[in-house]
Formats: sequence, C-alpha cells, structure tokens
Amino acid sequence: MTIQQTRPTATGLGLPAGTTHLPQVDEDAAPAVPRTSIGRPSADEQLVRWGPWLSAGALAWLLTQQLLPLPGLAWFVLAWFALGLLVTAVLAGMQGGSIAVRDRLAASVITGGAVTVGVALVSTVGFVFWEGWGPLLHLNFFTDDMAGVGPRDPFTRGGIAHAVLGSLIQLGIGLAITLPLGIGTAVFMTEVGGRFARLVRTIVEAMTALPSIVAGLFVYTVFILTLGQPRSGLAAGLAIAVMMLPIIARAADVVLRVVPGGLREASLALGASRWKTVWHVVLPTARPGLATAVILGSARGVGETSPVLLTSGAAMFFVVGPTDGAMNSLPLFIYSNVRSGEDTAILRAFGAASVLLVLVLLLFVVARLLARPPRSTKRRRFSLTPRGGWAQRGLDLARANPASVAGAVSPAPTPVPPPPDPAFPTSPDDRPTPPQEPR
Amino acid sequence: MTTLPSYDEATGFDVVPRRVSRKARGVDAVFEHSARAIGASVLVITGGVGLFLGWQAYPTLSRYGLDFFTESRWLPEEDVVGIAAVLTGTVSIALVAMAFAFPLALLTALYISEYAPERIKSTLVAMVDLMAAVPSIVYGLWGYLLIMPRAGELAQWLHANLGWIPFFDIRGTDPDAAVPDASRYLYSSFAAGIAVAMMVLPMACAVMRQVFSQTPQGEKEAALALGATRWGMIRSVVLPFGRGGIIGGTMLGLGRALGETIAVVLIISPTFDVKWNLTEIGSNSVSAHIALQFGEASPAQLSALLAAGFVLFLITLLVNTLAAVVVNRSRSGTGTDA
Repeated sequence: MTIQQTRPTATGLGLPAGTTHLPQVDEDAAPAVPRTSIGRPSADEQLVRWGPWLSAGALAWLLTQQLLPLPGLAWFVLAWFALGLLVTAVLAGMQGGSIAVRDRLAASVITGGAVTVGVALVSTVGFVFWEGWGPLLHLNFFTDDMAGVGPRDPFTRGGIAHAVLGSLIQLGIGLAITLPLGIGTAVFMTEVGGRFARLVRTIVEAMTALPSIVAGLFVYTVFILTLGQPRSGLAAGLAIAVMMLPIIARAADVVLRVVPGGLREASLALGASRWKTVWHVVLPTARPGLATAVILGSARGVGETSPVLLTSGAAMFFVVGPTDGAMNSLPLFIYSNVRSGEDTAILRAFGAASVLLVLVLLLFVVARLLARPPRSTKRRRFSLTPRGGWAQRGLDLARANPASVAGAVSPAPTPVPPPPDPAFPTSPDDRPTPPQEPR
Repeated sequence: MTTLPSYDEATGFDVVPRRVSRKARGVDAVFEHSARAIGASVLVITGGVGLFLGWQAYPTLSRYGLDFFTESRWLPEEDVVGIAAVLTGTVSIALVAMAFAFPLALLTALYISEYAPERIKSTLVAMVDLMAAVPSIVYGLWGYLLIMPRAGELAQWLHANLGWIPFFDIRGTDPDAAVPDASRYLYSSFAAGIAVAMMVLPMACAVMRQVFSQTPQGEKEAALALGATRWGMIRSVVLPFGRGGIIGGTMLGLGRALGETIAVVLIISPTFDVKWNLTEIGSNSVSAHIALQFGEASPAQLSALLAAGFVLFLITLLVNTLAAVVVNRSRSGTGTDA
C-alpha cells in the first residue's frame, strides 16, 4: 500500500521500538479522502433513493399503457409500486448485502403505506368538497330551509340552515346533559374514589363499547314507544347524550388522573376544602385536556347518524322547539338525500357533508388550540421562582408571608434555628396561631 | 423522647392533638356526597342501558333459544327470527375492514413514529386524529359513490381471473360474457368493508403510534449503535416492544368496525344468506339490520331487534375489554429503560 511506503515507521528508520517520532509531510501522498457527511444524505444517496422510483414510473407507464393490455390509472400505480420496490431492491443489492436490501424495501413499503392512507384521506375530503361545490356557491344554501323545495329543484332554491340549526340544538341538548354528568363523574372517580368509584369506572368503560345504533334503539324504545313521546329533537338529543356520556366521562377521567397529586396536596395543606381544591386547582389545571375531551366527544356526537335516524325525522323546515316534533340534522339530511337517489338531492347531500366536515374541522381546530396552552402560561406554571403562576390567583405565598416560604423555596436556605423548647417540636412562629377563644 | 403538650402556657388553653379522621365533614361531606350522587346517576344511566337491553332481549332469547343464533331468516310474520346471517355479515364486513385497516394502520404508525421528518411529525399526528373525527356518514358517501364502483371492477377482475377460488366466485353471472352483469359485483361486504376500514384505521393507528413512541430511546439507540439498520432496529426493538399496542389497537378498531352502522346501510343491499363470497352483491350486519327494520317493527319484533343489539353489544364489549387488557399489559413494561 502506498501509505505504508511513504510513511516511514519507527522500526523502518532503524530506531528502537517505543521511540516517538514526528510525522513528516509527504508531498507525493494521495489527497485524504474527504470525511463523509453523517448529516443529510449526499447527492449520490439521494439519487439512489429517488432514482428507482423515477425509472419504475417510466417502466410502469411503458408496460401498462403501451405494451400490456392493462390501461387505467389503477394498474399504472400498482405496477409503479411493484417495479419501484424491485428496482430499489436491485440497486440496494448492488451496493450492499441482503440486510441493506431488506432495509430499503421496508422503508419503501412503510412509506408507501403511509402515502396510501394520506391519499385516502385527501380523496375523501377532496371528493366531498368537489362534489358539493355546486350548492355551496349559492348563498341561500346557508340561509334557507327546504320547505316547499322538491328534490329536483335547482340549487337556487332551498338550503340546509334548518339542518344546521337542528344539529346545533341537538348537540346543545346532548352537551347540557353530558357536560355536568360526564365531568362530575370523572371528578367522582378521581377525587373521591373508593370501591363504588371503581364500579362506576368499570361500567362506564364497558359502556363505551355500546354501538351508537343501540343507543338510538334504547331511546327509541324507552322514550318514544314506552313513554309515548313523539319523535323530536329532544329524543335525538337524548340519544346523542346516551352515546356521548361514557365517551366524555372516560376521557375526562383520563385527563383528571394525570393532574399532579402535589397540586392537590398543596391546596389541601393550605386549608382549602376539597370542593375548592377541585374547583380552583384540579379543574383549571386540567382545563385544556377537559376541553379537548369534550370537543372531540362533540365532534363524534354531531356526526353520528344512526341515533338520530331512529329518534328524529327529517323535517324539511325550521324546527326550533326541541319537543315540536321531527327535527332535521346534518347527518340525517345527508342520509335522506342520498337515499332519495335524485342527482340534485345527492349533490345537495354533498354540500351538506362539506358543511358538516367544516363544522367538525372547526371543532377539531378549537380543541387543538385549547390543548396547547399559551407559551407564557406554560413557562409561568413550571417556573421555580416564587413569582409563580399562582400569583395571579391571589396565592402569592412569598408576598403574603415571607417567613413561611423562606426555608423551603429560596435558593439559599437559611439555617433553621434549633427548637427552643423540647416541649414544642416546631418554633412558635411557624405554628398556625389558633383562634383566640376565651377560656 | 417526644412528649405531647397537654397545656400551652403561652396561649392558655388545652392543646389536644387534632382528631384525624378519613371521614369527610362539613363542606367536604357535601362535596363527597354530591359527587357520589352524580357518579351514581351516571351508573344508573349507563348501566341502565345495558340492563334494559338484557331485560328486553330476554323474552326473545328464551322463546327462540339457540335457534336465534342458528336461524338465518328474519320473518317475524311467520315467527321465524334469527341472527345467523346478520351476525356472519357483521363479522365478514369487520374482517374485510381489518384486512385493509390493520396493515395500513401499522405502516402509518411506523412511518409517523420512525421515518417521518421531525418537523412534520406533529402535523401527521393531527391528521390521523382528524381522520378519526371525520363523521362516518362522510366515509359512507365516499365509499358509496367513489369506492364501490371501483371495488366492483376489482371484484369483476378477481372473478374473471381468480374465479376458481370459491372466495371470489360470484353465483349467477358469467365473467366471460360479452357484457357481464356489473350490478352483481356491487353493494357487497367487500365495498362496505373498505368504507368501514377508513373509520377504524385512524383509531388503530393512534393506539399503535402511541405505544411505538413509548419505546425506550436507549434501546433504539443501542440497536443502531450495534450496527443495525433502521429496519433491523424496528424489527428487534420497536415491534417487540409495541406488540401489545398492535394487538390492542387492532382489537379496538375491530370493536368499532363491528358496531358501524351508517356506511354499511348506505352501501349494502340487505340479504339474509350466510355466505362467504364477500365480493358478491348483498350483505347485512346487525346494526344495519336494526337501522333498516326498526321503523315497521311490532313490539315483539322490536324485542328481537333489541336482542340482536344486545348480542352485538356483548361482542363489542368482549373485544374492547380484551383490547384494554392487552394494551394495559403492554404499557406495564415501559420501565425497561434503566
């Protein structure tokens, strides 16, 4: 090797082993190999990664569209993926062994799976908006109801405002029931506890398995058939509530369980009652998580068709009173229009589905925003200085009684004076002064 | 030696140790009892639904006995009622859904947790959550009007080329005819299963991704430091660690797939045969059956429908409970990273 020849070693110079020598600069030596980057892939590696897919695309087009009788996009995509895997494997095999081949193939398959799911999601959302574009361009679609409008009437007549209103009213009824009950149950399960709470938790978790259609059937049998009430918005709201209650209670329970116990103990140690602890410490701490739980539950409730299908009819006009008979809602409107089979009605259903999607998306975005606390709040909450986040809630301990914090929080703790009297384990200053009662 | 003070000279009254009691008093008792009342009312509501279903299902189950599970026809006028067909339909639709959803959910979860660039990771997680929030009626529309015609073409191709497998054979039509009867390939369990797969996929994916993301970082880095490729690291560390999450997430998805109603109602054309040609026209599921039949049901028939709903509820409950047990057991091994 050239390097050994040009670099004289200690033994080659005839010096005794163990002698230190200075390396000499060799003018004729080959330039040192540049150090390979361990960060981003080099241009060569990029080409190895993307080149096979380019060539496979061209090959797939040639094979399916020109040579074999397999026309259409589906065959092209399938052939592209299969050939892409093949070329990737061959290229990896030329550079490395079977381990490299397997690594490249796994990466391709995993990425391919993720892309498939992404395409499916985009195709769902895109398809609904693409088809629903027609009715969405007319303002009356958002402000009118369908009273006196036939399924074949053009988009310039009729709208879905009644369905939106109905959805909101039913969701409101559902939330009015599930919000206090769901969060109250979660508070009971986490803050009170005990054997009974474990029973409640078991039952609530079991009931999350209840299929939504069975919740609808329950309300239909009890509220409409047994109690003889008409099908109405109230019944639909009750069905949504029965469906959402276990979901929200369970999600809120999970959120409340991760509230640090130290916060509760601090509040109780300061003399707050348990209710005050829950109301002023536990619930505000868990507020973002609770809001997320409630909003995701609402998104589920507002989009669920089957309970509404059983408990309320598809009215064509505005119904405001929850007990005033059949009240339409967005999912029910979509369902009944699609089932009608008329082309115009189906397009209207797509328009309504776009509105429903936007509604759910809005709820979802609000949930994400609430789940992410503002940066300033976060910093204050976890700061260790006495100017903590609780200062804003009137709990500034340092200012209220500096002596009480001095020993525990300040960075340089002052030496604790020895107890003056063995009869008193704590110094008189630290002991809370008992109320002066006349003896 | 500790001595308890009995009389405080300074303040001049008895110092008695505070009585420590676990029993809440005063305001605390009010809070505790009202919380307990709320818990009890929720217990009554949710438990009541289960008990009510069981109570309503009892007359049907006692009247028809085991025939209720083996009879495939649903003819209440002739006093012949059974859920064999709708139950097998439910299971076959759920199995088709899982056949699509399981690999895709696993691959997506692996991509998000191991391959995705760091800056788009949170966006991808939000997309999966959003996918779970899309209403089922929207997936129903997508499956009915966009996927079903394509699935029909696929079924036709499968029949023509793989028709010798009884699974893909479709009775009553010849795939080699000049104009094959395209409608025989629509409205099938296969098409419904694809739509349902879209609904359960995000759920399964979210559970799997969460468990994968809990893989101890040290073990992953150890595998890479020993010279493993990324796939080798995934196979030897991430997948064994996340096995519970994979199984549990799949079963949670299965539980949801069994109860899915509206997409199935939109896509299938209801039949009452027990069959395994999934790509053939006609299928049914318990939930779709309830949705289509409740309107003209007499009280006795309603009881039969409630019994069917009760059976469905018990199956989903069993699947979900198993899933919860598996997921919880896998989480208990989190502490392997020292």
